[in-house]
Amino acid sequence: MKILNLIILALKALQRNKLRALLTMLGIIIGVASVITMMSIGEGSKQSINASLSSMGSNMITIMPFSNEPGGARLMGSSFKTLTIKDVEALQKDAPHIANISPLASSSGQSINGASNWPTTIQGVSPEYMEIRKLSVKDGIIFSEQDVKSSAKVCLLGKTVVDNLFPGGESPLGKIIRFGKIPMQVIGVLTPKGTSNFGQDQDDIIIAPYTTVQKRVLSSIYFGQIYASATKEDDSDAAVAEVNTVLRETHKLRDGEENDFQVRTQAELMTMLNSTSSMMTALLTAVASISLVIGGIGIMNIMYVSVTERTREIGLRMSIGARGIDILLQFLIEAVMISITGGVIGVILGISAALILPAILNWPTVISESSIIISFLVCAVTGIFFGYYPALKASGLDPIEALRYE
Amino acid sequence: MSDKILDIQNVKREFIMGTEVVRALKGVSFDVNGGEFVTIMGSSGSGKTTLLNMLGCLDKPTEGIYMLDNVNVKDLSRDELAKLRNTKIGFVFQAYNLLPRTSALENVELPLLYNPTIGTKERKERAIAALQAVKLDGRFDHTPNQLSGGQQQRVAIARALVNEPVMILADEATGNLDTRTSYEIMSLMQELNEKGKTIVFVTHEPDIAAFSTRTVMLRDGKVQKDTMNANRRSAKEALASLPESDDY
Repeated sequence: MKILNLIILALKALQRNKLRALLTMLGIIIGVASVITMMSIGEGSKQSINASLSSMGSNMITIMPFSNEPGGARLMGSSFKTLTIKDVEALQKDAPHIANISPLASSSGQSINGASNWPTTIQGVSPEYMEIRKLSVKDGIIFSEQDVKSSAKVCLLGKTVVDNLFPGGESPLGKIIRFGKIPMQVIGVLTPKGTSNFGQDQDDIIIAPYTTVQKRVLSSIYFGQIYASATKEDDSDAAVAEVNTVLRETHKLRDGEENDFQVRTQAELMTMLNSTSSMMTALLTAVASISLVIGGIGIMNIMYVSVTERTREIGLRMSIGARGIDILLQFLIEAVMISITGGVIGVILGISAALILPAILNWPTVISESSIIISFLVCAVTGIFFGYYPALKASGLDPIEALRYE
Repeated sequence: MSDKILDIQNVKREFIMGTEVVRALKGVSFDVNGGEFVTIMGSSGSGKTTLLNMLGCLDKPTEGIYMLDNVNVKDLSRDELAKLRNTKIGFVFQAYNLLPRTSALENVELPLLYNPTIGTKERKERAIAALQAVKLDGRFDHTPNQLSGGQQQRVAIARALVNEPVMILADEATGNLDTRTSYEIMSLMQELNEKGKTIVFVTHEPDIAAFSTRTVMLRDGKVQKDTMNANRRSAKEALASLPESDDY
């Protein structure tokens, strides 16, 4: 019998038992829909993590102080005092794969403008920081190298700080605000960046020359961190190697001695976060796949019932000329039709869920073609795999006995 | 080439039931020429069913030769037997064996679906012609449960005719029908026979056998009697002689 005729035959058989066919498909429908939804949630969160990380600068390198005292009580990284301006200068001179570099000396405190005040963080940096962190100035200007040298009392405000210190909406440019007890002139306003992926308000900052923060706020010569950017994203590893070499030299570390600093690249962070989300996706997908298997077993069960129920039909078909392969294909195609129809409904439901979820729960989802293709193929394979044995049973029937089956 | 449709020579068929050997056919020989209307009679246990399965190429003899339209059945594989059934034999069963919830036309088309040389258009035309031949014009879309027993058997006969077989093989085809309807079916069979169809009709009812041209009587796995019917009855006349209507 021709394949087209077999397909028509299978569809007619399903049409005669609509409810049964639908119930049989249910497992496949749920399986496919959940696989697609899970994978789109996983893909969506992965992409949003990546997007927010690259908005921070994908070639960014972070250097942090770190304990090098084996056996001693280890303290929080930022409480170590190992990074100084000498390190920054040495890196500027000896690390050719570093494009921009900026120290970071930060302090939390209260910012005050007249009657308004707001708790925020002041970040003492060099002008290159803007480039490294992909920050830009919306109004006004960035401070100059000269301001850094003279520890000028100038600052730039993030949008959140502006909104809280200048609730009336007047321009903060040129105004004098205070951070703690230090008066500072506002010379610029930063372009808003919004909330980071980790729920942090990236606009709740004040930026000032690092010298100003070190001398006037912190009274310290150490930095909490050093930010740098590699010349290209691909140069990140080379840049990290240079940082290690240069800093070990300036810190006079002997061979075998542990680093008293640590270097992180954005790429590393990305990999780390992605591996977490990939694992979650894999787990969820595995759970969803189980329902596909259960759906397949459901198909197998119904096909066995169907073969028994239609024994006489099989006998008749054989007596009028159906070969074993014709009967095998008839039942196999019926099973595949069930699983594929279930697959199509599942794909539609899965895509709908992936489209509706962001609106309801605010979860980012990205529908990947691969998840649709994979789950669809899995469906077809499920149909063939679980439909094969009942079909084989049908094709192996003895026509004489099948014709007389009651 | 002879016009022998069936050529059966000393056919034996044995079944092994556990340790016992059951000999259902113990050497049956006869042949059937084209255009004959043969009834095979016999009580239960006579080997009637075994012979029928053999004639229908559903089973193969243990010993002996069975030639169907000059093809030796014994040499054929399972798939080749299926092809032989598809092209050379038209089955009519006691219980009609129509596909439920399937229109009469589709039921008749069924054998042609398994014949890859016939296209969709020809299939439909031949099915319509076959249904017209059994006088079921205008009932093409009826499903079996919308048809009476006699009509269902007509659909089954149309299905047996549609692949233009060399032989129609009927198994107690009137067994489930009342006398009047049986005679109607037999009248149809006679008409087909007059048009040249070879018919082999298995039955245990002597009055049905009277409509055929020849009767082969089986007993204990052997041919007991093989006689031509001298005074063959006409089913049409038998039908006319029935009381007008015994319904009340």
